[in-house]
Amino acid sequence: MKLKFILACTIGASALAAAAIPARAQDSVTLVTNAYRTGGFSGSGIPLGNGMRDYIALVNAKGGVNGVKINFEECETGYDTKKSVECYEQAKAKGNILYLPWSTGATLAAIPRLHIDKTPLLSMGYGLSAAADGNTFPWVFSPPLTYWDGASVALNYIAGKEGGMDKLKGKKIGLIYLDAPYGKEPIPFLTNMSKKFGFELQLYPVPAAEMQNQGALWLNIRRDKPDYLYSQGFGAMSPTAVKEAIKNNFPMDHFLGVWWSGGDNDAQAGGAEAKGYKSVTWHQVGSNFPLIQEIIKEVVDKGQSLTEKGKVGEAQYNRTVYQGVLITEAMRNAQKITGKKVINGEDMRRGLETLEITDARWKELGLEGFAAPMKVTCADHGGHNKAFVIEWDGTKWVKASDFIAPSIDEVLPLIDAAAKDYAKTDGWPKRSEACDAK
Amino acid sequence: MDFLIQVIWEGLVAGVLYALIALGFVLIFKASGVFNFAQGIMVVFAALTLVGSYDKMAAVGFKGFPAALVAVAIALGVMFVLAWLVERLVLRHLVNQPDIILFMATFGLTYFLIGFGEAVFGGDPKIMITQQLGLPTGSTEFRLPGLGPNGKDGLVLIQHIDVAATVIASLMIAGLAVFFQYTRIGRALRAVADSHKAALSVGITLNQIWVVVWFTAGIVALVTGIMWGARSDVSFGLSNIALKALPVLIVGGFTSVPGAIVGGLVIGIGEKLGELYLAPLLLGSTMGRGVESWVAFIIALGFVMARPQGLFGDKIIERI
Repeated sequence: MKLKFILACTIGASALAAAAIPARAQDSVTLVTNAYRTGGFSGSGIPLGNGMRDYIALVNAKGGVNGVKINFEECETGYDTKKSVECYEQAKAKGNILYLPWSTGATLAAIPRLHIDKTPLLSMGYGLSAAADGNTFPWVFSPPLTYWDGASVALNYIAGKEGGMDKLKGKKIGLIYLDAPYGKEPIPFLTNMSKKFGFELQLYPVPAAEMQNQGALWLNIRRDKPDYLYSQGFGAMSPTAVKEAIKNNFPMDHFLGVWWSGGDNDAQAGGAEAKGYKSVTWHQVGSNFPLIQEIIKEVVDKGQSLTEKGKVGEAQYNRTVYQGVLITEAMRNAQKITGKKVINGEDMRRGLETLEITDARWKELGLEGFAAPMKVTCADHGGHNKAFVIEWDGTKWVKASDFIAPSIDEVLPLIDAAAKDYAKTDGWPKRSEACDAK
Repeated sequence: MDFLIQVIWEGLVAGVLYALIALGFVLIFKASGVFNFAQGIMVVFAALTLVGSYDKMAAVGFKGFPAALVAVAIALGVMFVLAWLVERLVLRHLVNQPDIILFMATFGLTYFLIGFGEAVFGGDPKIMITQQLGLPTGSTEFRLPGLGPNGKDGLVLIQHIDVAATVIASLMIAGLAVFFQYTRIGRALRAVADSHKAALSVGITLNQIWVVVWFTAGIVALVTGIMWGARSDVSFGLSNIALKALPVLIVGGFTSVPGAIVGGLVIGIGEKLGELYLAPLLLGSTMGRGVESWVAFIIALGFVMARPQGLFGDKIIERI
């Protein structure tokens, strides 16, 4: 009798457990992001990590995406590509629906494996510019714009100041960049543009080990006297560059960084003297948006955030809120296309490929005026969307231009050529994935 | 010509700052014969303690120069406790062990301090409290008649913080040189460096000497952290600067305080001249340069081949 009772209990418990496992799995997906809250790049990595973390916490607090919660995890890389590869493998084993490498080096390392592992990769505003060609890279997405678009927006802004692209002839434009795949990414585009429009491109590489020791490099800049300086810096490199620019009396209003050089930490290092320093970006800064206010109320004020309240709405923080929106919108698309609630990596790829956020949708999301409408298509995974320029007023970033479109006519031929070149790699597959877009 | 003067001035400033880093290594090498791999992270740890303490006080309304002085006192106290703990928990147990064991122990200390520091201070970069410490900011332009391009007036820009760094570092180096040469502890330290056993046999307290030396290296680390932090920010990436001490030590010698100064100046000026004048010859005018990061090691390699013990290092003679 006793044995029968124990057996019955065991069978009953097993049945309950078996029933519980799929029920739990059905209402959640796993999303693992690379992060770097430690090391020399933590100045950029921490606010970037915080924005994404808080946004996902809000989504989950509101019941998830159509009832599906996001099991969100960070994998610390210290901005080390080797550790990123380990993180990729660990995330894959956990059923990660989307790889977020957060480094161009890590992006390059992962690209050859994505179609095999059926995991899409989102490198929002970074990574390999050529991968914006969706026909060659169906698993890679880099909206809302690539580094080549960013450099193009910067040139268009400078040209606007000078009175037209033809006025760039004879000018010297310097590129100060982290001597890593990320930093080098705009060089082909800028080289091409310098030949076409007759400006002289000066290159100033900063090795990672010398990020905080740029003395000699700035002597070069002082000697060369570039008319404008475009920075592709990251981590500790950017605040050091801002300080060196001040120290060397470089006109700050002629110093313009890509979005990753435009963090609050970067400009704060120069304080009031950094006034006039600029950055290209594609989204607004500040917390005066209903969605950001909701994050403060539901996440930050409830002690669930790693962010100080005063830092919510900073440039890098808002950037990963934007990324969070892209991800949840893509999840919704994937659920709609497949009819499934719990999606996998292949479904997520389809969701990303049909991503479109209109002005009306930005408003519905509580982010009216936060960014330009954006769209991804099967052929165009980069978006080449509009961006604008923000300027440091001595204490905070303020908007300094209207939306500026990248010169797509200049960017696309380069992307086509670079993608074709990449596709010559042995064994690179021809696209076989169907296109869901109508 | 004015540009050359500017380059040499910048090289001198960089050289003095490199000498500061190298000094921390020299102190510990002299006392224990070990290359302290942890010196770079000690610079970061000291600077973070300073800035972190100040920020905490500022948060409750205690700001300005008095608060900065209290923060300096706290940072010095923390560096003393660190020195005491290093002696008590690590070095004491490794007396008479091979140098490589001590070297590996400093590796362990490095990674402990990185993890502990990130746990205590967080990974956020912090802004050095330059003005609160009373350090000067701004710059002065010097016009040099006839020394500019095409016979025009030349211009040399001198940063006030660089002048302050040079003066402070020079005073500190001079003070340490006197301390080692003319004080009882300084002589005891040199005895310990020659032989632990011999020093013990004549009554020198090894443990006390180690605490003194590690604390002195901690003071040097704090000054280094302030000076480098003022040029950039205070973050864990700053520990990479310690790599620059290697060529300085090779040039100047691992055991010489004056060697750290001369080595620092040779490397500081050498790398600036290399970047500004050698790189365009090698790589062209618009190519990416980055010569600065490796030219120091080429200079050091030349010294290793010509004079392995460095300019001022002790010549090693082993009897067979």
